[in-house]
Amino acid sequence: MFIQATAGISPQPSFSALLTEPAVYAGNRLNCIEPDYGQIIDPKMIRRMSRIIKMGVAAAMDCLKTSATEMPGAIITGTAYGCLADTEVFLSKMVENREELLTPTAFIQSTHNTVGAQIALLLKCHNYNNTFVHRGFSFESALLDAITLLQEQHALTVLVGGIDELTDTSFRLLSRFGLYKKDISSNRALYDGAAKGTIAGEGAAFFLLSAEPSGKDYAQLNGLYTFYKPGDIAEIEKNIQSFLSAHGIGVNDVDLVITGQNGNVNEDGIYKQLAQTTFKGKACARFKHLCGEYPTAASFALWLAANIIKTGVVPSCTSVSSDNKRPGRILIYNHYQNTHHALYLLSVC
Amino acid sequence: MSTPVFIAGAGVISAIGNNIAENLAALENGAAGMGEMQYLHSVHRHKLPVAEVKMSNAELAELAGMPAHISRTALLSAIAAKEALQHAAIENFSKLRTGFISANTVGGMDKTEDFFVDFSGDPGKGRLRNIIHHECGAATELVADILGVKNYISTISTACSSSANAIFFGARLIRQNMLDVVIAGGTDALTKFTLNGFNTLMIVDHHYCQPFDENRRGLNLGEGAGYTVLVSEQVAASLKNDPVCVLSGYCNANDAYHQTASSPDGTGSYLAMKGALQQSGLQSGQIDYINLHGTGTQNNDIAEGTAIKMLFEGHYPPMSSTKSFTGHTLGASGGIEAVFSTLAIQHGLIYPNLRLETPMKALPFIPETHFKKGAAIRHVLSNSFGFGGNCSSLIFSKA
Repeated sequence: MFIQATAGISPQPSFSALLTEPAVYAGNRLNCIEPDYGQIIDPKMIRRMSRIIKMGVAAAMDCLKTSATEMPGAIITGTAYGCLADTEVFLSKMVENREELLTPTAFIQSTHNTVGAQIALLLKCHNYNNTFVHRGFSFESALLDAITLLQEQHALTVLVGGIDELTDTSFRLLSRFGLYKKDISSNRALYDGAAKGTIAGEGAAFFLLSAEPSGKDYAQLNGLYTFYKPGDIAEIEKNIQSFLSAHGIGVNDVDLVITGQNGNVNEDGIYKQLAQTTFKGKACARFKHLCGEYPTAASFALWLAANIIKTGVVPSCTSVSSDNKRPGRILIYNHYQNTHHALYLLSVC
Repeated sequence: MSTPVFIAGAGVISAIGNNIAENLAALENGAAGMGEMQYLHSVHRHKLPVAEVKMSNAELAELAGMPAHISRTALLSAIAAKEALQHAAIENFSKLRTGFISANTVGGMDKTEDFFVDFSGDPGKGRLRNIIHHECGAATELVADILGVKNYISTISTACSSSANAIFFGARLIRQNMLDVVIAGGTDALTKFTLNGFNTLMIVDHHYCQPFDENRRGLNLGEGAGYTVLVSEQVAASLKNDPVCVLSGYCNANDAYHQTASSPDGTGSYLAMKGALQQSGLQSGQIDYINLHGTGTQNNDIAEGTAIKMLFEGHYPPMSSTKSFTGHTLGASGGIEAVFSTLAIQHGLIYPNLRLETPMKALPFIPETHFKKGAAIRHVLSNSFGFGGNCSSLIFSKA
């Protein structure tokens, strides 16, 4: 598969900003830097859209524009939490008003497929349209749907994206679950120390995929593999090895490994062990200090990897260990709460 | 279609029964599942009839073999998925590459809305146990873990077409030789959130719904779960029982007209049905029964009917909306109706469209109003259309 284009809205301004001046955050919460939506979406439609819809639709439109594609053959989204703000508005009013005097707008926009539906509506796109909502596998499911659709030639191009929003309420609730570090000076200090918790994030990243090269692709997506609740580190290592050998390569053929370290001592142990075994001596990068942790954060990593392959530059703010080589092949390994594990393999076209 | 994907088993729980046998008996006896709310606690109890599964969470939990405090969505899912797997009777299940692809629209909302009562007053309050399974994917994982499915787990949410999409995504993973067996379908429990949501849209019928009636007033919400067990040709050949049928065609299209309303000419519905027919290689005249989406709203039934008129002009097959029995079970409806469709093929059945009094004047066909047994049913079309313009059609055929 070929990544013809990618576009993202994240707590970082752009890929080029990562090379010069990545955004720095104090505290344990990273929110997206939102663009001027008026330039991207019809102002008449913006008025009714909640933040996640605007972020998703804008990233999708930007991606289509970059690839000069007017009508994708399919639109597929992945979101773990869906439209939280709209859900909360309707839910709170329902509770406060004791199920009386409610208006439908928030309910209508609360369904998980709203972003995909709004993209279709904006484009008048009658093609295949699907939405996956499986926790830390939401984006990977959407991507697998896209890949298999292209393999069966049901579409020539697929617009696929991962989107999750962080609201005041979701941040408060997830904090009550103990997900986030309480005392952190800045996102740059995410990996320091050995404390529990991570930092909260959000984002929207879209990709235009095709089975055939377009001549202007960002990167080739060679493979995707997910595994659920592995028993131990040996099973994880085995999965990584067999994923690579299924693509006819070994770890030595990988130029850069991007891992999903999130600063949580309980979750980063896996990456630390792998750094001593499977990934020993490899150039490594990480990304969650830039976008925060959220169930579809791997879509940010894929956006990052595609940009690294296209430009040949690894932003120093992501680099853990470097060999100063232009990466021709990147492996992304991310796990979400040690339940949802995902591997992505990308290469130059 | 290249490699066929077989249906080896099915399982269902709905307002008309807790398993296939009970559902079939109710369909034959014309016994609808709507009534006054008994299990959901809503101010609309005496005003809006609903189609509830006739068991408390404690009773469902016992049947499911799960704790009673988890979401009703997961309990319903577990019961139907277990029946499906049992029905399929795949001997070496644990040695195969298995998947569980389930759909739902609001996940653990039934518990979240309880949580919000305390939380709204004080953000430090509310029992966290009640939101730990809020995400749609949580119910899927709870059930996958009981079923012993590990290779592939996913959840789809495209409003009312969710489980149809789960079934055909599952079929694709089998066809591409990534999995051998997929339990696919969907689940949804009644919640105040959805009941009030649909009520604000003024599409909930205060009486028992009358799909495809000229004087239809809206839908009744229901709850339940329905799953099919999809297997590869190789697994199908190894089964003791003959497979129930094959999934011969499917298509997903988008109406791209409005976030909640269907286009007047049913563009999305038309494209979904037409695409499914094309993929199955069948002519519209070969369809022996259509299980309609047929929610009973003004908008859906005219859009769906208009699309059927365009596609089936001249030879309308028998058709009916089984939502006149089960109510609209949202994310579960495509799964429940897929189960009814496969049973129609297996047993030669056509289900009645209950409470049809005045056929729609704008349509040249009339839904079936009597239960028919012993019909020669080779191909069944099942429609699922939803918010966001998401339209999906499935075709099941005799194996």
